[in-house]
Amino acid sequence: MGVEGIGARVLRTEDRRFITGKGKYTDDMTMPGMAYAAFVRSPHAHARIVRIDTGAAARMPGVIGILTGKELAADGIGNLICGWMIHSKDKTPMNMGQYPAIATETARFVGQAVAVVVAETRGEARDAADAVEIEWEELPAIIDPLQAIAEGARQIHENAKSNLIYDWEIGDSAAVEAAFQRAAHVTRIDLVNNRLVPNAMEPRAALGYYDAGSDHYTVWTTSQNPHVARLVMSAFYNVAPEHKLRVIAPDVGGGFGSKIFIYPEEIVCLWASKRTGVPVKWTGDRSEAFQTDAHGRDHVTHAEMAFDGDGTMIGLKVDTIANFGAYMSLFSSAVPTYLYATLLSGQYALPAIHCNVRAVYTNTTPVDAYRGAGRPEATYVLERLVETAARELGMSPAELRRRNFIRSFPHQTPVIMNYDSGDYEASLDAAMKAADYDGFPARKAEAARRGRLRGIGMSCYIEACGIAPSAAVGSLGSGVGLWESAEVRVNPVGTIEVLTGSHSHGQSHETTFAQVVAERFGIPLANVSVLHGDTDKVQFGMGTYGSRSGAVGLSAIVKALDKVEAKAKRIAAHLLEAAEGDIEIRDGEVRVAGTDRKLAWHEVCLAAYTGHNLPPGLEPGLKEGAFYDPTNFTFPAGCYICEVEIDPATGRTAIVQFVAADDFGRVINPMVVEGQVHGGIAQGVGQALLEACVYDRDTGQLVTASYNDYAMPRADDLPSFKVSTTETICPGNPLGMKGCGEAGAIGSPPAVINAITDAIGTNEIDMPATPEKVWRAIRASGLAEAAE
Amino acid sequence: MYQTTYHRPTSLAEAARLFSEAGDAAYVSGGHTLIPAMKLRLSAAANLIDLRHVGELKGISVTADEVAIGAGMTHAEVAGAAEVKGAIPALAGLAGSIGDAQVRHLGTIGGSVANNDPAADYPSAVLALAGTVETDRRAIAADDYFVGLYETALEEGEIVTRVRFRVPEAAGYAKFRNPASRYPMAGVFVARHGDGSVRVAVTGAGNSGVFRAAEMERALAADFSADALKGIALDPADMMGDIHGSAEYRAHLVTVMARRAVQNLGQALAFV
Repeated sequence: MGVEGIGARVLRTEDRRFITGKGKYTDDMTMPGMAYAAFVRSPHAHARIVRIDTGAAARMPGVIGILTGKELAADGIGNLICGWMIHSKDKTPMNMGQYPAIATETARFVGQAVAVVVAETRGEARDAADAVEIEWEELPAIIDPLQAIAEGARQIHENAKSNLIYDWEIGDSAAVEAAFQRAAHVTRIDLVNNRLVPNAMEPRAALGYYDAGSDHYTVWTTSQNPHVARLVMSAFYNVAPEHKLRVIAPDVGGGFGSKIFIYPEEIVCLWASKRTGVPVKWTGDRSEAFQTDAHGRDHVTHAEMAFDGDGTMIGLKVDTIANFGAYMSLFSSAVPTYLYATLLSGQYALPAIHCNVRAVYTNTTPVDAYRGAGRPEATYVLERLVETAARELGMSPAELRRRNFIRSFPHQTPVIMNYDSGDYEASLDAAMKAADYDGFPARKAEAARRGRLRGIGMSCYIEACGIAPSAAVGSLGSGVGLWESAEVRVNPVGTIEVLTGSHSHGQSHETTFAQVVAERFGIPLANVSVLHGDTDKVQFGMGTYGSRSGAVGLSAIVKALDKVEAKAKRIAAHLLEAAEGDIEIRDGEVRVAGTDRKLAWHEVCLAAYTGHNLPPGLEPGLKEGAFYDPTNFTFPAGCYICEVEIDPATGRTAIVQFVAADDFGRVINPMVVEGQVHGGIAQGVGQALLEACVYDRDTGQLVTASYNDYAMPRADDLPSFKVSTTETICPGNPLGMKGCGEAGAIGSPPAVINAITDAIGTNEIDMPATPEKVWRAIRASGLAEAAE
Repeated sequence: MYQTTYHRPTSLAEAARLFSEAGDAAYVSGGHTLIPAMKLRLSAAANLIDLRHVGELKGISVTADEVAIGAGMTHAEVAGAAEVKGAIPALAGLAGSIGDAQVRHLGTIGGSVANNDPAADYPSAVLALAGTVETDRRAIAADDYFVGLYETALEEGEIVTRVRFRVPEAAGYAKFRNPASRYPMAGVFVARHGDGSVRVAVTGAGNSGVFRAAEMERALAADFSADALKGIALDPADMMGDIHGSAEYRAHLVTVMARRAVQNLGQALAFV
């Protein structure tokens, strides 16, 4: 490893512009003649549009145009799609309701776009949007997924009987039943995985521009995957032909999954630009973000685990209801199925698993992937279950886990996944040591003397990252392939530009990808730049989500680097009159091994471009591209241990220690990885203690529509994390990487809740474990008197 | 936000004149309630009159009996004022516990008291410290000043100029914060005065805003100790309830916070 290469704690090159406020986000883009869009949104959770009167609004100052779903449909703009086909267990395809970018007949959630006003200023657009008159016929709203599928519930979409999108299963139910028949012990649990609002720091935004002169379209948008946006907007939404559409995702201020999807607003801005003849910009405000960014999680689950007489897991059955909201978002169908149920084996050698998932419509904001996407839900089910089982069996939670760990690889689970590598005992041991697990009873006793209830909880998570290979995901219903592409352009002076399909919106690709390139040729990091986020620059890419950029995106870069290196060696061998096999590239020099014959790296690069003296038949230039399609998912795993102290008088939980021991395979930049883990844990703690997305059950209004009511984790809610990594190399990709972007959010919620339930002596408390919930649980358990 | 015209008077007289001439007008000080409401288009004064540059609203004066704070003083200025810390440390502590650093450097005591948010911190101190709210027209005793939710005895256009606090023998403030907004869900200011009286004022919990807890005052007047509050439970029917805390929970928290205030005199403590 060099000081700037793989494994080095290099400061982020992105930081200069982000920390000094010099980032360039979509809202920073301006164009001559640019106008502003304001959306008229449904104030009702469920209502029929009787009449839209735009007359008065159209006469207001600055108004350029007012468009409704009628015009959208007339121009042939397609409905929004869900890109992953799931079939119910009766073989019928999922019931996808029509999702127009602007509602035409019925609005099905508060905030759904009903019309758009384009005006010269933001304020004028907003004023005119307020003046659009809509006559509504209110319909009953359904918020609760259990009510949605109850007998006699009002149907939200014509083609989804009982509001059921699909009723899907995985695993061998007969084998599971047999296991439960012979079980010595069965642990049962009922859980809610709470709905979350993603809360990216930068709200979504779009600037659409149609150039009538060249019949060309450009859209700047807050996207994690601009190429997918281009593909979907052209192939499915019919907004612009793919070869005449440029999608640019400049600096993007966080996504957490919520910016994977192609939303109505960017479609409408681009379409409205053609309709009105001016560039059209929309920047969402925070209220719109709360109401319209795809939410996350929202599962109701019953799970049972069967054990034999000595604590060995012999079967697992899980029944989940997943709330999809009012429409199927782009990848919503995959989240509670192939990203969830396939992870239910966890780190354990479970011989039989069955999971049933019912996906349900309600009159709420659409739900889709959010940091972890399915894997946090699976981990939560499994790790709450295991901790509860340990208590029921009178075993230590660590011992029960240890007894059931998978120890040989590859390991085929009963739910599709084939784990390639791992050492779960190593992360458990590392975490227990870092947490001083054995010292806990003394700490608990000391806390008790101060009137505090101290608890400890652990969580051993596994996740599947990379989402691949393409053929496999295709066979499971994915509408797209999940490879990645890269291009390495070496300039005549030896500096290098890397073009990647892996968009960076907080992940630090501009630093870590450059580290890998710098290391390969021994050149300074400053001589490498990483370009992403523009479909006119990068040929194609599948984008950033599912912790795939290292394992998949960087692997494509490595493949391209291999080609560049081979060609550079060929040129150098020719110039140095040596055999290609004797050439080595190191420390910025290209030398004949074992001799003092050498060229500087830039001399070889220049030779490639002058073309004065190249091997016969070799093309000039030094630029290579590659597509990389992995052979398998990757399987990061780890152990998290949380320690809490609860004030029994108020029910307030303080996290007093949090330990994370993760196996991410090879790590490029430990500092960046630690940052990912810190952020992930903060989000997981947010889910466990604070964040609740609440709808009014009668009206369907979003109660938690601002930070006044939606509780985000703050720095003082969190301790200083103790993070470390153990390493088993991933055999599936050239660098041996597994992915680290979501682990923190996946592993932490059950660790926190297990610690709380340990402290207060109950197995039942739902997230978020607010002070009042904890206080009520303590009162019910009789521990309350301890305090005051 | 709707279009608004911003005015920056430098004297009380000018401010009052602008208000009466402007018609649809609102005073703004730190703006932490008004500006967010305007951004959400829930509030739309055509004229905004900024009181932050009125010199008459600045300053702190302390005597043996009284602390008087200019309405334009920010929470950070009050929290950092040595004379306030010396005379009523719990009051300085309360100011230092409001919101976050940004809020404390913009928000003012006058704005807080004039707005009378049912979850604001200051009103509890004004009530418990037998305060007086001075305006450009008169002086109003705290017991007459706070009327209800966001409602005070102030008349149209009346400007709070100063808030006077009686220096107590001992005082303490304890609050439990709403985890989302970080406003108190139950904030209790307890003060024992030289005449032997005890005043206990509660913010964040009552369904008609800040109030005095009479039963607690009687108990503490007889025995100024946390134990005296044991068994005193407020009626949940008088409490606010929302997604962050039911009325029953808030009623319970008030007693817990009152006890902690008495246990930590001279301080303002936030139990998150």
